[in-house]
Amino acid sequence: MTDPGDGCGKIEISFSVNGQQKTAHAYPMERLLDVLRCRLQLTGAKEGCGEGECGSCAVLMDGLLVNSCLVPVLQAEGSKILTIEGIAEGETLHVVQKAFLEFGGAQCGICTPGMILAVLHLLNGHAEPAAEEIQEGLAGNLCRCTGYSQIIEAVAEAAHRRSTS
Amino acid sequence: MNHESIVGHSVPRKEGRDKVTGRSQYVDDMVLPNMLFGATVRSQIPRGRITNITFSPGIPWDQFVIVSAKDIPGKNCISLIGDDQPCLANEFINHPEEPILLLAHSDRHILPKAVESVKIEYDPLPAIFTIEESERHSEIVWGEDNIFKTYLIEKGDVDGIWAKADHIIEAEYTTGAQEQLYIENNGIIAHFDDACGITVWGSLQCPYYIHKALMALCSLPAEKVRVVQMETGGAFGGKEEYPSMIAAHAALLAIKSGKPVKIIYDRMEDMAATTKRHPSRTRHRTAVTKDGKILGGEIEFTIDGGAYLTLSPVVLSRGAIHAGGPYYWPNVRIHAKALATNAPPHGAFRGFGAPQSLFAMERHMDRIAQVVGLSPVEIRRRNFLQPGQTTTTEQVIREPINLEKLLDHALELSDYHSKKQRFANENRPGNLRHGMGIATFLHGAGFTGSGERYLSSVVGVEGCADGSVRVLVSSTEFGQGTKTVLSQIAAEALALPYEYVSMAQPDTLKVPNSGPTVASRTVMVVGKLVQSAALGIRQTLISSNLLAETYAAEEFRAACQRYVAEHGEFRSWARYEAPPDIFWDDVKYRGEAYAAFAWAVYIAEITVDLTTYSVSVDDFVALQEVGKVLHPLLAKGQIIGGVAQAIGFSLYEKVVWQNGRMQNCQMTNYIMPTASDLPPIRVFFEELGNVHGAYGAKGIGELPMDGPAPAIVNAVEDALGVSFDFIPLLPEDIMDGLAASSEKNDVISAGGVR
Repeated sequence: MTDPGDGCGKIEISFSVNGQQKTAHAYPMERLLDVLRCRLQLTGAKEGCGEGECGSCAVLMDGLLVNSCLVPVLQAEGSKILTIEGIAEGETLHVVQKAFLEFGGAQCGICTPGMILAVLHLLNGHAEPAAEEIQEGLAGNLCRCTGYSQIIEAVAEAAHRRSTS
Repeated sequence: MNHESIVGHSVPRKEGRDKVTGRSQYVDDMVLPNMLFGATVRSQIPRGRITNITFSPGIPWDQFVIVSAKDIPGKNCISLIGDDQPCLANEFINHPEEPILLLAHSDRHILPKAVESVKIEYDPLPAIFTIEESERHSEIVWGEDNIFKTYLIEKGDVDGIWAKADHIIEAEYTTGAQEQLYIENNGIIAHFDDACGITVWGSLQCPYYIHKALMALCSLPAEKVRVVQMETGGAFGGKEEYPSMIAAHAALLAIKSGKPVKIIYDRMEDMAATTKRHPSRTRHRTAVTKDGKILGGEIEFTIDGGAYLTLSPVVLSRGAIHAGGPYYWPNVRIHAKALATNAPPHGAFRGFGAPQSLFAMERHMDRIAQVVGLSPVEIRRRNFLQPGQTTTTEQVIREPINLEKLLDHALELSDYHSKKQRFANENRPGNLRHGMGIATFLHGAGFTGSGERYLSSVVGVEGCADGSVRVLVSSTEFGQGTKTVLSQIAAEALALPYEYVSMAQPDTLKVPNSGPTVASRTVMVVGKLVQSAALGIRQTLISSNLLAETYAAEEFRAACQRYVAEHGEFRSWARYEAPPDIFWDDVKYRGEAYAAFAWAVYIAEITVDLTTYSVSVDDFVALQEVGKVLHPLLAKGQIIGGVAQAIGFSLYEKVVWQNGRMQNCQMTNYIMPTASDLPPIRVFFEELGNVHGAYGAKGIGELPMDGPAPAIVNAVEDALGVSFDFIPLLPEDIMDGLAASSEKNDVISAGGVR
């Protein structure tokens, strides 16, 4: 990114990503999405619209679901970020990832990383959400392939498995 | 063979694990050393002549690579069906957002300001934006008469039917443009060097379309152009033809700069500049007997193709052939016409002309029912195509399809009759009005007429050194499940576990041309070829005495390893051959239009809220006959996704035009359905089988786009008693329609006009 010409040069910004402490040398108003993708090579978060509408860049920041295209990296200082790359434990998939595979929750896959983070956020607040709560919880993440039904089934099943395991 | 069937089972998606872990590599995830970023300077007027281009001060222009039409080594066109569409406008502009100049720089963030700082002066010319202006010849903007293509389909004696008719029913139906709205925007990376020529990596559907376009543009031989598909984040037809344009732009910048160049569109550019579904107008004039039998009719199907030819003739063809729906027309004349306007070219989108003409047909059936005094169910029942009868192109229906039975089943699944009765009784008081609507339809799988013969697709299956099997096709995965289903077919043919089969990345240097990934042809046509090529591998191993007729997977593995060790590369090829009983006349547009049709009955249950005038879909039954379902989970996903997209087409997605340019090119103001907006979409399959497809499969991907719009609008009419003949149908349209209807009723009840 070029110097935005606002007098602010690059600064050191430190935050934790997927449990690892990272320091980025970035402009304060750079988008968190670009810092993750271009400076930290974490390309799982995707840019779909660049204006916070589609949710494909969603990550968890201190447990809150944020569209990383709308977050200036300055705001991430000292925070804990979770991206799609930090969900599985090594080669063992998270229960939500497994359910997405089993129930057809991912088709083209471009919305999937953001969608899965939205699901984790939802399940953190509702251990076993009703179908309407799932619909509401995922309404900020657009998917053009699935018509959502198989995603909703995957979420319900993942929630069920998590609460019974 | 001791082998459990693989087709028919929902095996894990081949690339699924990478998709749920974020490891899949889409084009914007790829970075090459010294890579520049490219951007496109586009026209801000719909039509005119470029008189001057200046580069405003304040931008370090010496750091930029700048490409104009003069830098094109070969022909300045994107070759597809015709060669009228320039890669870069040289002098004349024919639509807003037409590419004029290309810029590249190592910093992608400086590019938007640079694009804005190129000042282009024009001598504007008058432009046209509607089908009506185009056919009126308000201005001639393409060729001699603004006509890209016409077709005439004629069957029987249409002129003789009008005198015999008890009713003649005429109406006009229109559909709007629709944006594909894949969540991954378009993008391409190009690299050039003298030894290898041009290589492009991208988000795309049809590697060999781009290959052809780049050969002509760059004057390079086939072996000096290489196209590689990256993981592709949705396409729906929207990445069929336009990626050739972006690849051309990236290639020109790469040639001039000597560096790799990445072009990634942002959402606004993608929506404003790339293709959309063709807006359409369909006029029906139908002769019907008093007991509701169609005697015949005339259908005029017209589409707005935008400024250049692109794929409009093919979209027109499919729309025209589907215009008569799944009904028997003893006599019919279909006039089809694709016209030029000064909008960016409209293009491929799931359904490809059929959703437009079928919207008209299915709305018209409800209108005919009303005039004749029959129910929407009964009018369809009396006119369904039966085995042995012929379609509008005189294709004999050879398969034992029973549409009445399909309809009865859907009526039962949706509880149609009792709900319809209940809604009729309840609908008077209150602000919520409920309605039920039906659409019955068909969708032809594969290329139309002689299309598959011309394509002459080739597929390869390779026995690898480690004893596994790899499928070599240019057919692309973009969510539908291409990789999974073609692997299933190969595994089934070879009696091997699914895990033994992998898919080669679509790369024109490494895979044959199995045709474009369009037209619901991949499973049916390409799948059949995969099956043949796989059987070739098996046969070779058996005839080489390395394998017995029946074998265990490990025996196959050992035999394959040994064959490769002894003979080297081990590949089997299959090329498409048209079935001998398929006849098609390209001039008269008569004959076997498609090797197979999928058939469907969709039923929508809706509520109109008279406070907000919004329509919600409460239940949706999608029942279809698609031949053998090879992968139930993926097939269901295709149907649900298609229905969802079609609900958007019907009720939400309106492209707002001003002087040929889309005004609402953001996800905030072009509204697609969210998880909260959709009903349960209940999917049911009947499986008749299909002799032409792999293991009895037919095409499936486009079918669900055809039926929801007319089913929903028919349901709105059922709820309100007011007829709407256009989509998208937004709340403001319903408010206007109700107001107009109540004014009319006031006049009637006051004893005024009739």
